[in-house]
Amino acid sequence: MTQVAGDQGKKSTWAQSDAPFFVALGVIGATYVVLIVAMLGADVAYTSVGDMARALESEQIRFAIKLSLISCTVTAVLSVIVGVPLGYLLSSRGRVDGGKGNWVLAALRTGADAIVDIPIVLPPLVIGLSLLILFQTRPGRWVQQYVTVSYAIPAVILAQFSVAAAFAVRTMRVTFDQISPRSEQVAMTLGCTRGQAFWRVAIPEAWHGIITAGTIAWARAMGEFGPILVFAGATRMRTEVLPTTVFLELSVGKLESAVAVSLIMVVAAIVVLFIVRLAGGRGIESFKH
Amino acid sequence: MIRLDRVSVRVGKFSLESVSFEVRPRAYAVLMGKTGMGKTTLVEAICGIRRILGGGIWLMEKEVSGWRPGERGIGYVPQDRALFSTMSVYENLAFALRIRKWADAEVEKRVKELGELLGISSILERRTVGLSGGEAQRVALGRALASRPGILLLDEPLSALDDQTRLEMHELLKAVRRATEVTVLHITHHVADAENLADQLLVLENGKVREGELGELRLRV
Repeated sequence: MTQVAGDQGKKSTWAQSDAPFFVALGVIGATYVVLIVAMLGADVAYTSVGDMARALESEQIRFAIKLSLISCTVTAVLSVIVGVPLGYLLSSRGRVDGGKGNWVLAALRTGADAIVDIPIVLPPLVIGLSLLILFQTRPGRWVQQYVTVSYAIPAVILAQFSVAAAFAVRTMRVTFDQISPRSEQVAMTLGCTRGQAFWRVAIPEAWHGIITAGTIAWARAMGEFGPILVFAGATRMRTEVLPTTVFLELSVGKLESAVAVSLIMVVAAIVVLFIVRLAGGRGIESFKH
Repeated sequence: MIRLDRVSVRVGKFSLESVSFEVRPRAYAVLMGKTGMGKTTLVEAICGIRRILGGGIWLMEKEVSGWRPGERGIGYVPQDRALFSTMSVYENLAFALRIRKWADAEVEKRVKELGELLGISSILERRTVGLSGGEAQRVALGRALASRPGILLLDEPLSALDDQTRLEMHELLKAVRRATEVTVLHITHHVADAENLADQLLVLENGKVREGELGELRLRV
């Protein structure tokens, strides 16, 4: 009794609480947050409403905004279309048990897993250069007989897709790894084929991850510049996306205009990410009710 | 009836070789054995979600070794229940029936029937997330029974329940059996489950399954 009373009587000091731990983490983490806020603040301080208005009035910049929004959306959709099946196969669900001939499948899976990481670690310019060379090979030239790819809008989308899809695949892989395969197995005992179990059980359960994969792919595509510059060029009113605009405006010394376009990109990214996440939440809710 | 004849199955480095046993028609068999002996692996092999490397599996007098899980006429309740989290209780119960293209009116009638049998009529519209352990177990059982399978496979279905709920589930499983005459293979660690439910006891030891006696369980305890 005396001991309990003694414990209750103890004053909790700041040093004994969890506060120093969380404050230390907060201070270290805050340096990064402050850096981002400071960068954006500097941009805002540098430009003016007039600069923004002039930028938005420019036909070339309006074209770049339009092309950026369209190409990023197409890239995000394509990335999800590729990311879902590939992420599924590369997740623990795609692991192959030992058996006759299964080592070939296991080797293919390991190889694909490593290859998917290449666009993440490769310098962006190298990706653009590789795409450019690919479409100068015989198969590439054959394709270009029917669809002009290099230095045209398909090149913009392909350059964005080459990088963004890798992030979508990684996101989907983690998503499927976090969902127990047991639900799909039960669905199969209830009469589903493997495909039906995938569509009716795995996909709804992975819905949040799919939205995240699409969002990440969209955001990556919006920031892509190196591969687009090399593979699609920087031609105004033709292959100009917003990062290209910033580059072109900077190259002719229009710093105010470049900063204004940068801020447009920031606003567009925030608005679209907000909308997509909101839509993702509603999508999940609609599954619930 | 469930019959395994010299079944071999492998999971990574773990394997069971030449396992044979039989569950009598309409029996309630309880399979016991130490953790890591391969009880779940055997049930997965019977379900068809784990490929067997040798031997054969017979269910209701038919060899089903190469059949897809959905063609085997089984209901399966895994240890973690694996309820479909994006669906309501009603949709979970109706799932197998919709896959098998039952008419809507028939689906509704069967789900209501299951709701009454399992005492979950009041939660049919609820989401499965947030159900209590007992409720979730009843839903998993109802989902497995929906299409009237001849075989019910229960993988430690009561392991996460408190004693009171466990006793309630014993009564429920007895009622289900009376109502359906299904053949049951129930994996458990709990002697009480075997004592209350089993009319056939199987023991998995050293990679082989043998018939056991309830008396030997009491002696071990």
